[in-house]
Amino acid sequence: MKEQAPDTQAMNSPVASSEATSGGTRVYAQEVAPPVTLSVAGVSEEGRATGSPAEPPVFSVRNLSVYYGKNLALKDVNMDIRPRRITAIIGPSGCGKSTLIRCFNRMNELIPGARVEGEVLYHGENIYAPGVDPVVVRRHIGMVFQRPNPFPKSIYENVAFGARINGYKGDMDELVERSLRRAALWDEVKNQLKKSALDLSGGQQQRLCIARAIAVEPDVILMDEPASALDPIATTRIEDLMQELKQDYSIVIVTHNMQQAARVSDETAFLYTEVDEATSARWGILVEFGPTSRIFTKPLDKRTEDYVSGRFG
Amino acid sequence: MNEARAEAQLQNWAGGRLQPGVSLRQCRPTRRRVWRDRRNTALIILGVVITLIPVVMILYQITSKGIRTMDWEFLTSSMPLSFRREGGGFLNALVGTLIMVGLATAVSVPLGIMAAVYLVEYGKGNWLARLIRFFSDVMTGVPSVFVGLFVYTALVVNFGFGALMGAASLAIIMMPIIVRSTEEMLKLVPGELKDASYGLGAAKWQTVTKVVLPSAAPGIVTGVMLAVARAAGETAPLILTALGSYQLTARLWDQPISALTLAIFDGARNPFAAGQARAWAGALELLLIVLIFTIVARVMASRSRFKR
Repeated sequence: MKEQAPDTQAMNSPVASSEATSGGTRVYAQEVAPPVTLSVAGVSEEGRATGSPAEPPVFSVRNLSVYYGKNLALKDVNMDIRPRRITAIIGPSGCGKSTLIRCFNRMNELIPGARVEGEVLYHGENIYAPGVDPVVVRRHIGMVFQRPNPFPKSIYENVAFGARINGYKGDMDELVERSLRRAALWDEVKNQLKKSALDLSGGQQQRLCIARAIAVEPDVILMDEPASALDPIATTRIEDLMQELKQDYSIVIVTHNMQQAARVSDETAFLYTEVDEATSARWGILVEFGPTSRIFTKPLDKRTEDYVSGRFG
Repeated sequence: MNEARAEAQLQNWAGGRLQPGVSLRQCRPTRRRVWRDRRNTALIILGVVITLIPVVMILYQITSKGIRTMDWEFLTSSMPLSFRREGGGFLNALVGTLIMVGLATAVSVPLGIMAAVYLVEYGKGNWLARLIRFFSDVMTGVPSVFVGLFVYTALVVNFGFGALMGAASLAIIMMPIIVRSTEEMLKLVPGELKDASYGLGAAKWQTVTKVVLPSAAPGIVTGVMLAVARAAGETAPLILTALGSYQLTARLWDQPISALTLAIFDGARNPFAAGQARAWAGALELLLIVLIFTIVARVMASRSRFKR
């Protein structure tokens, strides 16, 4: 943790590429100069270390609505995501969970016709502001997807990929080993780093994807149903891993599985589908957001209560 | 078929559930079904055999007739000055084919792949992409002699016959094949891989060059080899652009140049046994070249798969 902080900060400061040697040998040359500085304003060294509730949020979502073409997919979401916590997004199918999580690193705009209204403030700065490069946003906010999606390359090259495209100049072997260790995969693959990543099992592939995401030292890791394609044992390993990773990273996870949300997360957002009777249009809304223990024991909203008690969904 | 079995079949057909006292072994398929099954299997095998007959005959004839004349002398010397004379070979034609196909490949492969990347990753359904796609489709259907005529009027009339003009016509023929085959291969690259790349903060061109193209490489190579084979086998456009020659030359312009197909054409239509024998050997040579290229390209593509 102590040795992690300077590096994270170096990553966040685009001008620090030449001065960032203090935290080790890692030097990221920003190939694309960010037009707007994504600073870490308001996040003090102390605040990061303690993780107190008063600490400013990593993300503040303000009046966020998402449209696919003319269809409203997500309506007027407001929530704050705290640093070094696991925030779970739950809800029935089609309620916009994935849509919401893909707003946090601007992955939605890869879908033709997707449009975002409102603000997503990342350390106080709107990532949708004009002049913010989505590529820069995604370098700070990593993502792990529903199905394990390693590149058809070697295990080593998979982990090194992000560092290479970001112009990493340090010791690649060391970075790969450290990332794989943190993803709890090193011992299983250390003798076969040159082998194809596609030869690994599904659970190993997903941990490789996590290693790949943390190799670029992101600030936040977004996980879109990371365990839904895995068996129970692999799922447990991913969940254990998340608990370890939350020491250093803020994690947002979408999950279908309420038990999983209850087990791993600190805070839970419950999304639900609203239906317009006249046009039968459907969109997702944020029903309730709060500490996981409260959401699952004393939900304020009837719909949340019905959902977490298994009455539907 | 005894009556008990027929009865059992009827009952099982009706319910799909075994009647008491009837075992699965009693429920045989009807003769009609067995017969139809065999007949259809036989028809399919027959179709395969009929398709293979011409291919096998061509290969057999080219190999058996070509191998008689195919020797070291044939590979390393050029045409004698008369068709009547024996000996000599198609070195001049081989050099011409390699130069022209090589140049055409060097031009059409990068351009074709870039066009395909535009179609899949950048243009998607916009008017320019639709235009490129439409003209690629039209171009694959245009008879190659028209391409030769086009290059003849556009270039040969002004600059004379030569390897460059031949290469230009071959490149025009190769381009649409490469564009469409590469496009199909790029479409097959899973969106999840692109998501993974974008999620790591890769820019679009990084995603294209480091993830999309390497993932599609083996398929792209197959399409390129198809185009190379097609170009190496073209005759009509070369008659109008390279013209053909008996001399060994590596000049790119100002001088007509031969190609294997042109030499085969010349040798085959003359009445002398020696010339015809050389044409057979030339056909075998062309076949082997395309075969070797394809194998080499496949091996290279599969090796590069897991490298950066």
